[in-house]
Amino acid sequence: MTSPFHEPSLIQQDRITFRRRKAVRSVLLAALSTAIVGTLLGVLITGAPGWDRVRQSFLDPDIAVDWLPEILQGLWLNLRMLVFCALAALALGLLIAVLRTLRGPVFFPVRALATLYTYSFRGLPLIIVIYLMAFGIPGLRLQGTPSVTVLGGAAIVITYGAYLAEVFRAGIESVHPSQIAAARSLGLSYRQSMRFVVLPQAVRRVAPPLLNDTVALQKDVGLISLAGPIDAIRAAQIGVAQTANFTPYVVAGVLFVLLALPLIGITDWVTLRAARRQAGGE
Amino acid sequence: MVLSCTDVRKTFGSNVVLDGLSLDVGEHEVVALIGASGSGKSTLLRCVNLLAEIDDGVIRLDGEDITDPRVDPDAVRQKIGLVFQSYNLFPHMTVLDNITLAPVRVHRRAAQDARDQAREWLDRVGLADKAGSYPDKLSGGQQQRVAIVRALVNNPRLLLLDEVTSALDPELVGEVLTMIRDLKGEGMTMVLATHEMGFARQVADRVAFLDKGRVLEQGPPEQVLGDPVEARTRQFLARIIEAGRL
Repeated sequence: MTSPFHEPSLIQQDRITFRRRKAVRSVLLAALSTAIVGTLLGVLITGAPGWDRVRQSFLDPDIAVDWLPEILQGLWLNLRMLVFCALAALALGLLIAVLRTLRGPVFFPVRALATLYTYSFRGLPLIIVIYLMAFGIPGLRLQGTPSVTVLGGAAIVITYGAYLAEVFRAGIESVHPSQIAAARSLGLSYRQSMRFVVLPQAVRRVAPPLLNDTVALQKDVGLISLAGPIDAIRAAQIGVAQTANFTPYVVAGVLFVLLALPLIGITDWVTLRAARRQAGGE
Repeated sequence: MVLSCTDVRKTFGSNVVLDGLSLDVGEHEVVALIGASGSGKSTLLRCVNLLAEIDDGVIRLDGEDITDPRVDPDAVRQKIGLVFQSYNLFPHMTVLDNITLAPVRVHRRAAQDARDQAREWLDRVGLADKAGSYPDKLSGGQQQRVAIVRALVNNPRLLLLDEVTSALDPELVGEVLTMIRDLKGEGMTMVLATHEMGFARQVADRVAFLDKGRVLEQGPPEQVLGDPVEARTRQFLARIIEAGRL
């Protein structure tokens, strides 16, 4: 360790001056290019021949204010669905991933079913699953069929569960076999080794992609409007139909982005933290 | 006999790693396994701990055939400690949690009781201040000492050490070897695969030279390392001396 009170040599002083000058120049350049691009975009859009009509039919402030309460009310449904679906899909994904790692002939059917599930539901478009669940299951006319909202939510959980299962599985497989060997050598059973040694490490490692899939789930929750419940998108659709103006869609879109921001922020933070930890910091 | 291996065979595909190996280890005895890379030292230890399944032969622990498929391998492993070349500490747990995991989850000890015992051990090996640290904050030598403690708190009948100093910087080897020497003083029965011939000479009651999946020669360290009978043992030791490791 050198003393903190070190007088830089002439060569080092020259380097510092040069780097500082370069940094200032970079900031100025960035500001200039941003200004140019921004102005160009503004001129291009507002100067377009149809700009006035687009502004009237997509960005009408009065309509936005009128429909905001209805859309917000719909968004409350999206928010509740999001929390339920995200938690249920994470639980389902983890369960399926663990089932796929089970060894031994007894578990063959379980493994096969879990594999079949992840293969088919990653291929099936979510819209089709929602239609099949929300319209097909009530068609069976069974006693106690849940509402379309619940069925639509179940479609989202089943579809996302398949994606999340693969993310979890990648995490489980990324834990080095020597960790299992160490756990087993201490007398832990396979289940205990998974629970205390493998899964905690796996989940930590795949937290960023898991959260990213949760962000995707968040906006896909809006697709349940296809099955009928009045969520933010359905409310906006009603607004569009009544006013013959697209502004409610823009309002709903902005609200969805705002809803996603915290989760996106958390994802970035977790990713950054994971990268730092990998680099040996902290 | 604490450990008794008879005609043990282990293959990986067409590669015969253990070829009818026999080895006995008595109570309080320390046996050093030496031999070239690929001679089967590590494989033997993994087979004894049932992490690898043998293809023929019998391994007995205190007279019980542990290679019988009807035996519960978890119960056997609870009686055998294994320390790995690359420590294999659990990176997501503190030093203390690494040590208390098996006592609490496997041996159903009270958490406080297990923690007290772990702290006592850490104190003994000079790592008392590291109890709350994560493994990646420790030096290799410190990690390996924690790994040994982690195996010891289960009070094993037999401790297997798989080249525990091979991944360490030379100046950190000493602290781990001192710990093993202390264990010998307490009467722990140990089998250690090692490249440290000097250490094998100091700590082992018996040295076994493995060659092509068998024990080619065994006996007191002075005899096997100083005046080997077999030509292959002499060749092996000559190469070690050439590499400056004896």
